[in-house]
Amino acid sequence: MDSRAILAELPRLRRYARAMLGDRAAADDLVQDTLERAWSRIAQWRPGSDLRAWLFGIMHNLRVDQLRRGGLSTSSLDEDEVADVPVRPTQSDLLEVMDLETALRQLPDEQREILLLVALEEMSYADIAALLGIPIGTVMSRLSRGRERLRLVMEGRQPVAGLRVVR
Amino acid sequence: MNAHPISDFDLQAYVDEALTPELQAAVEDHLTRHPADAERVAAYRAQKQALKALFRPVLDEPIPESLHALTVQPIKAPTARGGWPGGGLWQRLAAGVVIAALGGVGGWLAHGQLQPADRLARALPLSHQAAVAHVVYSPDVRRPVEIAADQEEALVKWLSKRLGTPVRPPKLGALGYELVGGRLLPGNSGPVAQFMYHDGSGQRMTLYVTTEGTEKRDTGFRFAREGPVNVFYWVDGKFGYALSAGIDKGELAKVATAVYDQLDQK
Repeated sequence: MDSRAILAELPRLRRYARAMLGDRAAADDLVQDTLERAWSRIAQWRPGSDLRAWLFGIMHNLRVDQLRRGGLSTSSLDEDEVADVPVRPTQSDLLEVMDLETALRQLPDEQREILLLVALEEMSYADIAALLGIPIGTVMSRLSRGRERLRLVMEGRQPVAGLRVVR
Repeated sequence: MNAHPISDFDLQAYVDEALTPELQAAVEDHLTRHPADAERVAAYRAQKQALKALFRPVLDEPIPESLHALTVQPIKAPTARGGWPGGGLWQRLAAGVVIAALGGVGGWLAHGQLQPADRLARALPLSHQAAVAHVVYSPDVRRPVEIAADQEEALVKWLSKRLGTPVRPPKLGALGYELVGGRLLPGNSGPVAQFMYHDGSGQRMTLYVTTEGTEKRDTGFRFAREGPVNVFYWVDGKFGYALSAGIDKGELAKVATAVYDQLDQK
């Protein structure tokens, strides 16, 4: 793992982290944690294997850890809590086109992740399945649900339900 | 005629151009007869393009220094064997410099007036605190600052909030010094801010900003030599400032004047 190879991957890691988290500082923190963990596990790196896949895999695992700890990441509100969260009146929003970034935040993590790996990284379904350690059928169904949900949210046809907030 | 029933997965793979030519033709045929599916596929394609376009600019952003530093293996990889926690070569060097800097007040310490570390901190003048902060953080390769200059807005907001009053790093680009970033430090009784700059050669300079002990009214420029570090410091309004660097007094004075002028304008 040499510096130039890592440097070459940094823009993509940052882009993906930014798209996943939205927040720039949080995204760069995640990339930093990823690099630190990669160096601490350098013994597991097999020269000649796919560095990008390795780093993305580390980043994914860190993210899963974060979600589990419920730390800096997003978390779903309980159903009955949602009612108390002030949202803009949906009536007038029905025909409004929501901006893409806001709409992206409406997706559950596991759908957003796959949507972004497909759209930004142009990874194959098989590579994504290997990266995330899930069956390819799960990749496909999450992709399908994510795309449809994003479409409905963008078109204002999906009420902003299952609201996710940043703590 | 519909030889192959088209599934939703086929439509996804069609969007991603991951189908065999035969299947692709079958999907195209299907779409001519199913306008609702055609509409979805078009929407998904547009979505994919829009996502790419939205995040494309991130690829061209400069890589923050904190990340750049991690493209080489950290000096001390975290191991279970202990040693200095987080203590790479730089920290040890920095600590050595601190000890050298503190040597200047050695006689004072030997007097036995001051023993516990907190009393030491309380008694230290602005210039000395700033110099110690300078020698601790400026040689740090990996984390010279907590928030880097590429997030200047966040840095300013955070430090202003913690100090309870607006603080902003002066712009010293005209003198060849670019902002690296900043951090929050403990002062005598509360938070102080440190902004770090460097020039083209990597020479680092820090500006220490405190709101402590400034009620006594403004002072002119004062100069102190703290071991290897030269410091200009002054009190202006509610702030005390100290500019530290391992550069010669004349050059430092020029920068200090520029800092003073900029901060005074507000």
